[in-house]
Amino acid sequence: MNFKLKDIGPQLLTVIAVVLVFGFFTYNAQVNMENRGIDFGYGFLSQESSFDVQFSLIEYDGSHSYFRAYLVGLLNTILVSVIGIVIATILGVIVGIARLSPNYLINKFAAFYVEFFRNIPLLLQIFFWYFAALRALPLPQDAEAMFGIAFLTIKGLYVPAFIWQNFNIFFYSIVAAIIAIIVIRYQAKKLQETKGKQTPVLLISIGLILVLPLISFLIGGVRLSFEVPVLKQLATTSFIYEGGVSLPPELIALALSLSLYTATFIAECVRAGIQGIGKGQKEAAASIGLTPNQVLKLVVMPQALRIIIPPTTNQYLNLTKNSSLAAAIAYPDLVLVFAGTALMQTGKAIEIVSITMFTYLSLSIAISLFMNWYNNKIAIQEK
Amino acid sequence: MFKYLKQLTSLVAMVAVLFTFTTESMAAKKSKTLKNTQKKGFVRCGVSQGLPGFSNADAAGNWTGIDVDVCRAVAAAVLGDANKVKFTPLSAKERFTALTSGEIDILSRNTTWTLSRDADIGLTFVGVNFYDGQGFMVRKSSGITSTSQFKNGISACTNIGTTTELNMRDFFNSKGIKYEPVAFEKADEVVAAYDAGRCDTYTTDKSGLAAQRTKMSNPDEHIVLPETVSKEPLGPVVRQGDSVWEDIVRWSLNTMIEAEEYGITSANADMMKTSDNPAIKRLVGAEGEMGAAFGLDNEWNLRIIKQVGNYGESYKRNIADTGILPDRGPNELWTKGGILYVPPSR
Repeated sequence: MNFKLKDIGPQLLTVIAVVLVFGFFTYNAQVNMENRGIDFGYGFLSQESSFDVQFSLIEYDGSHSYFRAYLVGLLNTILVSVIGIVIATILGVIVGIARLSPNYLINKFAAFYVEFFRNIPLLLQIFFWYFAALRALPLPQDAEAMFGIAFLTIKGLYVPAFIWQNFNIFFYSIVAAIIAIIVIRYQAKKLQETKGKQTPVLLISIGLILVLPLISFLIGGVRLSFEVPVLKQLATTSFIYEGGVSLPPELIALALSLSLYTATFIAECVRAGIQGIGKGQKEAAASIGLTPNQVLKLVVMPQALRIIIPPTTNQYLNLTKNSSLAAAIAYPDLVLVFAGTALMQTGKAIEIVSITMFTYLSLSIAISLFMNWYNNKIAIQEK
Repeated sequence: MFKYLKQLTSLVAMVAVLFTFTTESMAAKKSKTLKNTQKKGFVRCGVSQGLPGFSNADAAGNWTGIDVDVCRAVAAAVLGDANKVKFTPLSAKERFTALTSGEIDILSRNTTWTLSRDADIGLTFVGVNFYDGQGFMVRKSSGITSTSQFKNGISACTNIGTTTELNMRDFFNSKGIKYEPVAFEKADEVVAAYDAGRCDTYTTDKSGLAAQRTKMSNPDEHIVLPETVSKEPLGPVVRQGDSVWEDIVRWSLNTMIEAEEYGITSANADMMKTSDNPAIKRLVGAEGEMGAAFGLDNEWNLRIIKQVGNYGESYKRNIADTGILPDRGPNELWTKGGILYVPPSR
């Protein structure tokens, strides 16, 4: 190990320069804040927030702390991101495959969808779904019931609430079914590797996940009833639905626009992945007698996934970060609740913005780590 | 080694420049803000993103409103020309950061004076140019005529980052009503959502309600309920730590209000120089040395009255004649039954 100054010199200087620049800004910020009489500190997090939030996954009102308000915003961000990622993935895969369809209509329709939605700025799409679509929805008193139990109105989507008796027994039955499926899959794989016998794993799995919960209903004493939302009059022309579960239109509009937008990019990833597999692979697979389904499942998809996953990870990250546009349409996400209202009420700009940035960073890194793990899992394993 | 000498020198030079800049910007001068403003040649003023009567830009980009007039008065006083103002439209959320970070020098944006804002976040309120209170707007067709008719489940649209959000909670809690707050970042979106029927009521300062009502697709379909649920003294704000600048802004506003008290208008200001009343003469720069303490000439207040007008003129032009709030209510002079009362200029 013989480092020459020539080798480390420039690197050392770069490090020093970076430290100096950061030091300069930190020092300046400190002096400026001192001059203007602004305190720095995170003590405000335990103070009473004294503002309410429209929609929260945990119990919250203004008598809770700012930290609790932070959690409310964070959970709402995670909620809309998860909904968005799930819908965008399903839609993206369908559209991606549809773009390769030999059917002219399906093919062109998918292409039109992709080109249309990915070329309009996301913020405009959010405004469109919120304001244009919102105006098109009926007022609560004019809403038609969907299947007699759910109502889509300008004030949100009202669906029946599930009221369970002995929910824990039902829950255990699901857990039992999942464990059984994992064991059976493992056994089936072993059976195929040692004896070459194939087991209809999918059918057995579907059977298990249906039958075990059913048994819990029949002999476990589990009861499920629904609480259907009921129209309530507030004033002559002002109505809401009471009972049941209500999803705010802000959540619906945001999740919808995020998924429709991101699905176009995922569709392109999927198309690229499938097209990236050589024709020879499919032909070779067909020539050893695999059915078209098996070709897709055993030969094409395992290889295509390796091409699809890394760029799709980027799209998941984008979707999560784009969810911060929620502030424009009053969906109480992290930016609106914490970097918005809480920042305004406390004036702790540097503290709150740094916490918010760190939170988004952590969310993104968590998603990346998970996707990298999955990517490694499906990577070529040298035996 | 010598290969990198050049890079090293440039780096050292860069660091040196950074530090000279630091020491320069740290040097405490008497009124840095005044000095900078005169050097730049314009007053940097933060206003709303469009609130008729207070601060609103027309299609040509000309700003009008009583909040705008405060900044114009300061420009007339320190630069001699009421038009030398650069307006920065700010959301409720951005406004204080813009001021404390030095992006603007006056925040004149229908901002409520509260203890925590004054004491906590590096701001100083210099006065009140509009006495307001929070109210509620509802659709006429709802049949609601008083807040006592509000019921559990009511949804209320408002802005984030305002005192409104806190007052709303206090109000509904004290009445024991469960409500759904729907808070937007921009006022235009609040109005659009309420107008579309997303919310049963729209709550903000009553002046704001009256102004926004004019923007609705059909203003006659909406009414502002009579109850006032909070005190909202609105006024201009400056950064903490420059007391000379603070005084200039405070006394620019006071001059406008006191000029109305003494009947000095933009039309008769010059003639008032020969008045018999010393109080009037002081207000038009004909007696005393009223500008010296600020580092300004003696006619700073005369310019305000001539170029911007007194408070009554500003109110009439921006709020009464535009049909927003024809009745001045508490914003009438103390001599005429209102609560506008400013310390004397002497």
